[in-house]
Formats: sequence, structure tokens, C-alpha cells
Amino acid sequence: MADQFDLECRDVVKKFDAFTAVDSISIAIPKGSFFSILGPSGCGKTTLLRMLAGFQAPTSGDILINGSSVLGVPPNRRPVNMVFQHLALFPMMNVAENVAYGLKRRGVDRSTIEKKVNDTLARVGLPDSGPKQISQLSGGQKQRIAIARCLVLEPAVLLLDEPLGALDLKLREHMKVELKQLQNEIGTTFVYITHDQSEALVMSDQVAVMNAGRFEQVGAPQDLYYSPQTAFVAGFVGESNRWKGTVGKTQGDQIVINLPTGGSVVASRVVHPELSEGQTVDVFVRPEAIAIDGQGKTDNAIGAKVENVLFNGAASSVQVRDSATGHEMTVALPQTGAFANLKAGDTVNLTWAAEQTRCFAKSEKQGAAA
Amino acid sequence: MIPSIPQPRFYKGIYTGYIALFFIYLSAPLIVVGVFAFNDSLFPSMPWEGATLKWFFGSEGPYIGIFNDSKLLESVGVSAFVALCVTLLSVTVGTCNAFLFERAQFPGKNLLYVVALSPLVIPGVILGISILVFSNAIANGVEETIGWDLDFLRPGLFLVIIGQFAFITTITTLVISARLRKFDISLEEAALNLGATRQAALWTITIPFLKPALVGAGIVAFLMSFENFNTTLMLVGSDAPLTIAMFDRLKQGSTPVLNALSLLLMIVSGGLALLSVFVQRDKNT
Amino acid sequence: MTTSTGKAGAMRVGALLLAMPLLLWLFLLVILPHVDLLLVSLRERISYGKYEFSLINYIEFFVEPLYWNTYVRTAVMSLMATVLTLMIGFPVSYYIAKVMRGKGKNVLFLLCLIPFWVSELVRTFGWMILLRESGVISNFLQWAGIADGPIEMLYNDATIMVGLVYTSMLFMVVPLVSVLDSLDDSLIEAGYDLGGNAFTVTRDIVIPHAMPGIASGCIVVFMLTLGNYLTPNLLGGKDSLWFTEQIYTQFITRFNWESGSAFGFLLLVLSSLIVWIGLKLSRQTLSETVS
Repeated sequence: MADQFDLECRDVVKKFDAFTAVDSISIAIPKGSFFSILGPSGCGKTTLLRMLAGFQAPTSGDILINGSSVLGVPPNRRPVNMVFQHLALFPMMNVAENVAYGLKRRGVDRSTIEKKVNDTLARVGLPDSGPKQISQLSGGQKQRIAIARCLVLEPAVLLLDEPLGALDLKLREHMKVELKQLQNEIGTTFVYITHDQSEALVMSDQVAVMNAGRFEQVGAPQDLYYSPQTAFVAGFVGESNRWKGTVGKTQGDQIVINLPTGGSVVASRVVHPELSEGQTVDVFVRPEAIAIDGQGKTDNAIGAKVENVLFNGAASSVQVRDSATGHEMTVALPQTGAFANLKAGDTVNLTWAAEQTRCFAKSEKQGAAA
Repeated sequence: MIPSIPQPRFYKGIYTGYIALFFIYLSAPLIVVGVFAFNDSLFPSMPWEGATLKWFFGSEGPYIGIFNDSKLLESVGVSAFVALCVTLLSVTVGTCNAFLFERAQFPGKNLLYVVALSPLVIPGVILGISILVFSNAIANGVEETIGWDLDFLRPGLFLVIIGQFAFITTITTLVISARLRKFDISLEEAALNLGATRQAALWTITIPFLKPALVGAGIVAFLMSFENFNTTLMLVGSDAPLTIAMFDRLKQGSTPVLNALSLLLMIVSGGLALLSVFVQRDKNT
Repeated sequence: MTTSTGKAGAMRVGALLLAMPLLLWLFLLVILPHVDLLLVSLRERISYGKYEFSLINYIEFFVEPLYWNTYVRTAVMSLMATVLTLMIGFPVSYYIAKVMRGKGKNVLFLLCLIPFWVSELVRTFGWMILLRESGVISNFLQWAGIADGPIEMLYNDATIMVGLVYTSMLFMVVPLVSVLDSLDDSLIEAGYDLGGNAFTVTRDIVIPHAMPGIASGCIVVFMLTLGNYLTPNLLGGKDSLWFTEQIYTQFITRFNWESGSAFGFLLLVLSSLIVWIGLKLSRQTLSETVS
């Protein structure tokens, strides 16, 4: 069993005095997958990663790499390598020396080192950069060298600590694709931590959403987006309109959620069999699920006034105010250009299907949802 | 005020003139010292008697050039020996201190730090006499109790080295600490992560990173020791370091051989100073 | 630094080893010698090898007007030298840090430093050649017809002051340049933009920003001036009346260590006191000032 997993955590807990940074995390990461841990800053993801690398010891629980426990194994003896947040390339060495560093520590002979370094540099697409100084590299090149420096050691698992954080937007978009391709080609297990949902969704096979030291949900990016299981995930992954409400009467397979301002929203009984009347719930509807003056299902229908047009190319949206209740909402504009002339003050009809309404019973732990 | 803010020409002219005057004030004494090294006269003063190299190479009294003045040359050797010892000691201890103050956490750290800085605000003469008094007390104590005569605790080169070390170490500690503070600890973690042991990480990553500061601190320590007068004055024995030897000659009134020596010193220490600036600047990234 | 828990013990031993040189240095060379200095200053020699606790050395200091006058004179002249150095050095530092740009700036800064890498002895020697009766300036004045005969400019207080300010300049200019360098130009521009002028911007923006540098420069200059021996001795001659000369005389010429220790301790108290007052007035701490 254990052989299928490069990396396993069993009930890992890390406490700093009274503060619990990581709270009984258990995961098993399948061989060769791209696994992301997504969470807001301060959620404990860096602490978790540092425990995997061996820079911090868990308060309790066990960490297994290649099926055997690595508790008490110092960082320099663990078969995992890490790409640091600010890359931590050694400024006093050139590119080849950086890549060769780990091999030299292992006492590999000179000619093998040279061959492996050249191979690895070629693999990350920088075959002739060996003699260059680190300061001569661009941001994306530094990124690749930091990865090459780890890959040359053929680690069981590559840990990446928000390595794209320092890059500018364009390069970040580009590197996302490149990292994903690279991981595909070499087949090493990647554990990637980030607070950027788009990085996690685009690159990963599996994503764990982390909040306040715990995993809220682990699943494929699609699962997280289409069927979030907690209010935190619904709020953190993707955009959402959000209300508080009380569960009202059930009519057929539709549930009415009453909003405190007097309006109501309709949800689906099929999607939410667990809701009972009188419960307080958080209600989420994605801006892209709402149609403007459309013909689709009209379980929910609202008249609203446009307050602001936020034009942003394909990601354009409008901010509207519900004429009846005064709620502010964001609605995505379709990319057909059909509403190119929409302007502030226009009135629109908004509709969405009951299945698109997500409700979560209010629980005690409410993270910093978006 | 600054170039982006226009100022009246008159004001700018006065400011530039002031700066020019300042640099004349700064350089005048050094220039005359250098120029009078070539004066063909028995005294380093006016009038100008024509140019000569006697004060460098002369061998017939009273025209003894610096390269034939065995006493002065000897004192240069003494100073160089003292400076070398002080440099090695103070850079080593300064490095230990830097790691201790920047990396370790221990009770009383702030208090120790303040005490470590205190030699900066203790006048050199006082540092000298306090070490003189203390070492003498130890030497006397040892002699009275077990009868050993610890000669090295009496005024002499050992005490000179110890005395200079006492305050130069503060300087090296500050210089090396400043560089260590800039060190990104994740570089060491990266080395560990790539399989280096703690010692290997230290020798392959941290120490190379500190090298400019180590060299810079070494040069500063060497020059400060070489030029020290106040502390040395109180601790010196029969072997006179250069500053003391020159001071005695100056008081007696000397031939321009002192100018020649000063000129050589200026060239050497100026060169060392420039070197230290470039070493520290080169790899600052 | 964090490691797995098993390393904690080894780390502690390592830290202790690392602390040994520091502790030896501070205790053997700084703390204990000064404690001993205090103890020696508080005893009186009765006969050979016999001592008694006594305040006689301090009483002597306050009773003998020469000592007392020298002490006050040294303090006052040191303060004057510090203020003068600040006033002369500040515009220069400002010029280097804010007016100059690019390469010229570095060159000017280096020019400022290089003279001071030369021994104080050589610098003082230079002033002697310039100022003595048969010196360069005296000869120049005669040649220019301003003076009728040779002028002796050595051996007076003004000359001591010139030498002290000269010798201290580096320790003022370096901290000032570095602190002024860190002042963002846009703050000065904003000051002007909001209606300030050269005077108000200097008073309200530049000087408050430069305060840590001013404090550290003044402290070091004051301390060095107070403890100076060479410059007053060589430029001031026999009448220079500098307190360090009294200490030297007691220790080396008279071999009266008890009284010399008392003098040394009094000088240390004076220097610490004024440094402390300076730190309080400028609201700095010693640690901030040097780093």
C-alpha cells in the first residue's frame, strides 16, 4: 500500500506554545502527481512544508517518505528537495556550481557531476547557462535553475514554496504552464504551496485547501470549484456573491432561503438534502452562474440596477444592486460582447438555476473567506 | 538643496567654494608632509633648498635616509608584527561574536552587546592604563603567591597587542555582524536541503558570503593597530612600535627622514584603504 | 534557526563554545581592568607594598586647581571641537550625500576618507610643518607682504582646535553621509512642494532625519577628542594642559598609579556622562547609534 505514495502525513500536529499552526493533517500523495496546498497566508501551509523538508519537527504525528518515517532525520538526509520562496540561489556561485552543489556534498566524482549538471540544465531549457552568474539571469531563468538544482539530485518529492510569488504577472502566467509541463515530463512528485488559487487550479492534479491549520477539502480542481464542501472553500476558490440567510419552506425540489432584508433565494433540494428549516446558512452564487436577460432556468429572478461596469476583457463583470432588497451583487459579463453597451444606471433582469445556489450551515469556524 | 530643486547661482557658487576650501584644509597637511620629504635641508621646514632623494636612500650622516635608518625600520617591523597579531585575533573573535549576537538567543544578550560596544566610548588612554593596572596586579599576585615572574604581563608587546585587541575587536564585531545580518538564512537551509551537513553549509555558503566583511574588517584592524597611539603609549615597553618611535623623534625635532617615512606610510595605507573599499563593494549583492 | 529537536543540546554546547572568546574578552580586557582601576584609585600607599582605602586621590584632584582647571578646560575644548566639527562637516556631508550624483559622489567620499587612513601622527606632523615659525604659512604670509616677520602659529589654543577638528572630521562625515544618503529625495521635494524653503526644509526634514548620524558622529568625536593625547601635546606644546597628559605624567613620569587611576576614572566618568546626556538629548541609544 504505502509504496504507491511518495509522501504521507499521519495526524501531523505542530504547536508553537499555545498556537496550533498545523492541526492533525493527514494526506497521502500519490507517486508522480502534482499536489498543491492552497490557503491564505498564516494558514500553516509553510509550517507544513518546512516539516516535510525537516526544518521543523512535528509536535505529534508521523511523516513518511517512500514508505518509511523520516522523523528525526535531519534535512540534509531526506530524499526531498525544496524550491524556496525567494529561490535561495547561492549568489557567490555561478549557475553550474549552484546545480552541482548537492552532488558535490554527496561526493560524486567530477566527471559525473559535470555530465549530470549539463543534462539537467538542458532539461530545464538552459543548456549553455552554466558559467553565468546568478545576477545575470532573468526571473524565469532563476526559477528554472532553482528547480534544476533540486532535480539533479533526483528527489522522491520536490517541495515548492510559493516560488512564483516574486515574478510579475505575465511571467507568472507563463511559468504556470511551464512548471506543469516540466512536472509532466519528469514525473517527479511535486508538492506546491501557494495562496494563489489560479496557480493551484491550473497546475495541480489534486489540491488541498487549507485554513487555520486544517485541510478543508482535498480534491481535483474541478471538485473544488463545482462542488465546494465548506463555506470557506466556496468563498476562497473562485468568485462568489455571498449572503446570510435562514432556511425556509421546501416546495417540491426547491428550498427557499429567506434573507434578513426581506428577499429570498431558491436552492435545490437535490443538491442540499441536508438542510432543515430554520437553519442559518451562508449562501453562495458564482457571478458566472448568473445570466443577464437570459432564457435559461429562472428559478431565481431578480430585477437589478447596474452600478458599475468593470471592463476587464474576458473577465469583465458588472456590479449591480438588487432593486427589491438593495443587495449588491457581481455578475460576470458573457464574452460574446452582447452587453458591450451596458452602462451604469441601466436595469437588468438576473436569473440563475436553483442548482447553482450553494448553501452551507453556519459553523463555528469561519475563515477569512473572500 | 538637491539638484532637482533650482537654486540661485550665487548660493551654488558659495556652496561649491566652501566644499573646495574644505578639501584644501583636508589635503594641505598631507601634501606638505609629502613634499618636504624631497627637501634638501636638515629640517622639514621652509625654505625650499632644492629636490633630493637623500631622505629615502641617503646613508651618510646627517643625511640618513629611511631605508638606512635601522631604528625606524625596526619599529616598522614591530608595528607590523603587532598589527598582524591584532588582526588575526580580532577578526577571529569578531566572527565568533557576530554569530553569537546575530544567531543565538541567550539571557543577558542585550547587556553583553552593550558591554561589547563600550570600548568604542572608552578613551584609548584609559583602556591602556586599566589594562596596565590590571595585568600588573595579576603579575604581582602571581609573583607573591607562587613566585613566578610573568614577564609578559609587564609593559611590552604582549600588553600592546592585548590592549589594541580590546577595542579593535568591537570594530571587527560590528563590521562582520552587519554583513551577517544581511545573510538570507534560507541560503543555509537550501544547502542543508541539498544534502550539506551543518559544517559544510557554514564553510561553503556562510563563510564565503562573509568573506568581503572578513577581509574588510582585517584591513581596518591592521591599519587601526598600525596607527594606534593612545593605548600603545601606556602599554609600551622597550620595543617601540612605529607611532611611538616617530613621536619621540618628533618631540626631539627630526630631519625630513620622518617625511619620507610618512610618505611611504600614506602610500601603503591609502592603497590598503582603497583595497578594503573595493573588497567590500565588489560583491555586495 | 530551527532543527529537529535532537540537535538542541548540541546547539547549546556550540553556543557556549562560541561565547567563550566573547566572555574572556569582555571580562579580562574590559570589565575587570576597569573595576581594578576603580579599586586602585580608591587606595593610598602607606609604605612599600602596603595600601589603605582612601579618597585622598580624589580629594587631591579637587584641591589642586591645576588638575581641576585642566579637567574643565579639556571638557570645554572637547565640546567646542565637537560642535565645530559638526558645523564644518554637516554641509560637506550633505553635499556628498545629496548634491553630488553618480561616480563623483563616490570619489568625493573616498577623498574624504583617505587622509584619515594616514596615522594621526603624520597628520599632526603636517600641521606642524604648515604652522611653525619657519613653516609654510608663515613664509607665505611674509612673501605676500601681509606679515613683516616670521609668525609662530603653533602652541596656542586655536591651533589645538584646528588640529582636533581636523583629526575628528572622518568620524563626523562618515555617519552623516550614510544617514543623509538614506534620506529620500522626494521628502525634500515634498517639503518644497508644500511651501517650504531651504531653511525650513533643513530644520524640519533633513536634521530630524539625520539625528541618529549626528548623535553617533558627535559621540565618537567627543570621546576621541577628550581622550586625545597626540594633537594637544604636539600642537599645543608645554602649555596645552590636556587631561590625558596629566594621566600620563602621573603614571609614567611620577609613577603615582593611584592618583593616575583616579584621574583616569574621572575622565571616564566625564566621557560617559556627556555621552549619556548626548544620547538622552537626541533620544538615541548606544546600540542604535553604532549600528
